[in-house]
Amino acid sequence: MRIPYFPGCTLYAKAKNFDQSARIAAAALDIQMDEMKDWQCCGALHSQVTDNLMGLVAPTRILSDARQESDKLVTLCSFCYNTLKRVNRVIQNDGEKRVKLNTFLEQEYDGRLKVVHLLEVLRDDLGFDQLARRVKKPLTGLRVAPYYGCLLLRPAKEIRLDDPEEPTILEGLLTSLGADVVDFPQKTECCGSYLIVSNPDLAEQASSAVLRGATRRGADVLVTTCPLCQYNLDQREAALEAGNGSYGAVPILYFTQLLGLALGIEPARLGLDMHAVDPFPLLERAFPPVGVRG
Amino acid sequence: MLRISAKDGRWDLLNEVEEISGQNLYACYQCGKCAAGCPLSFGMDLLPYQVIRLLQLGQGQAALEAKSIWLCVGCLTCATRCPKAVDPARVMEALRTILLRSGQVPAGMVLLPADVIAQVPQQASVAALRKLTL
Repeated sequence: MRIPYFPGCTLYAKAKNFDQSARIAAAALDIQMDEMKDWQCCGALHSQVTDNLMGLVAPTRILSDARQESDKLVTLCSFCYNTLKRVNRVIQNDGEKRVKLNTFLEQEYDGRLKVVHLLEVLRDDLGFDQLARRVKKPLTGLRVAPYYGCLLLRPAKEIRLDDPEEPTILEGLLTSLGADVVDFPQKTECCGSYLIVSNPDLAEQASSAVLRGATRRGADVLVTTCPLCQYNLDQREAALEAGNGSYGAVPILYFTQLLGLALGIEPARLGLDMHAVDPFPLLERAFPPVGVRG
Repeated sequence: MLRISAKDGRWDLLNEVEEISGQNLYACYQCGKCAAGCPLSFGMDLLPYQVIRLLQLGQGQAALEAKSIWLCVGCLTCATRCPKAVDPARVMEALRTILLRSGQVPAGMVLLPADVIAQVPQQASVAALRKLTL
C-alpha cells in the first residue's frame, strides 16, 4: 500500500525520531509512506474565527497539491492532522470560502482528498487483528498509558477519529502489540500545548497533572501522537527528576517507536536516544536478554 | 461589584463576537462545565462562562481585558462538554481577534527568545506566533 505523506515542520526537525520510526514501522507492514512533493508548513493551528481566510491559505495549498498525487494523505503530528482535516471540511462544506480560496491560489481544489492519521490506516486499512499477527516481539508485561491529548480527537464532529472522551484507538493498537494498557483519567486532557512558549509555568502544571495521573496508575511508559505533548511531558519529567518529583520519571514515546520495537525493528533505528527521559533502562528490562542499544 | 446599565453596555462587542465566532452567546446558561473541564482554568482570572456572561450583559470590555483569553490554547474540552453547543474557545479567539484587528494589541511577529525557539518543537513556536497575527 502506498500513501502520500505530509510530515510537517516538527517531524523534520525536533521530532525526526517520530518521522523515522513511522516510516520504518509502516514499511515493515508494507505501507509505503511517500513524502509529498514541495510541502510547506500547515500553520499549526486551525483558525477559530469564521472570517479569517488567510489562515486557510497554507493548508488549502497543501491539500490541493496532495490531491494531484492521490486521493488520500497520511499525517502523524496531531497539529497537522487537526489543521488539514478541518480546513478540508471547510473546503467541502463552505462553497463561498472554497471559491475565494481557489481564486486566491489560482487552483481548483474540490475537497476530494481524504486526510488520515497513520493510526487510522493501521486500524481501518490494515486492521489491528492483522497487525497482531505481524508482531515479532510482543510488548508483554509493558504497562503503557495511551495519552491522546487534545488535537488528535477534537472537535469530534469534524475529526471523527474516535470518541472525544473515551477513545480506544491507541488501546486497540497497544493491545495488538501485546502491551498491558494502563487507563488513566487525564488521557484526553491538554498538556498545556504551546503555552510552553509564553506561559511555561502554566503549561508545566498542566503536564504535571497528566504525568501524575498516569504514573499513579502504574504506567511504565506513556505513548503519544504529538511532538508537543512528547516535549512537554518529557521535559517536565527531566526537570523534576533531579529534584522533588511527586512521580517517577517514565519515558514518553511515540506510538510508532513501540510499534517498531514490537515488529522487531532494531532499536537503534527508532530514534530512542532523542528523549530527555532515557527509555533504554526500561526497554532493556522489557526485552531481555538481547538488550536494545544494539 | 458589577454595575449593569443598558445605556452604556458594549452591545457592539456582543454582536461582533457572535458574528466572528459563529456562536450564539445567549445559549450559555453558566452551568460551568467548561470551567470544570478546562485544563488551564487554574491560571485564569475569568472562567470561560464568566467571559460569556459579561458579553451577554454588555460588559464585554472586562472580557477584552481578561488574561484568560490569551491562555486558551483551543484544546476544545469545553466545546466537547458544553450542553448548549457553545464553543468557548471560539469566543476567546474572537476576543483576541478584535483586540488585534483594532490595534489595541499589536499584531505581528513578536521576537520569541532565541533559547526558547531553539528548545521547543517547531509547532509550538508557529502556534504561539499565530496567536498574535491576523
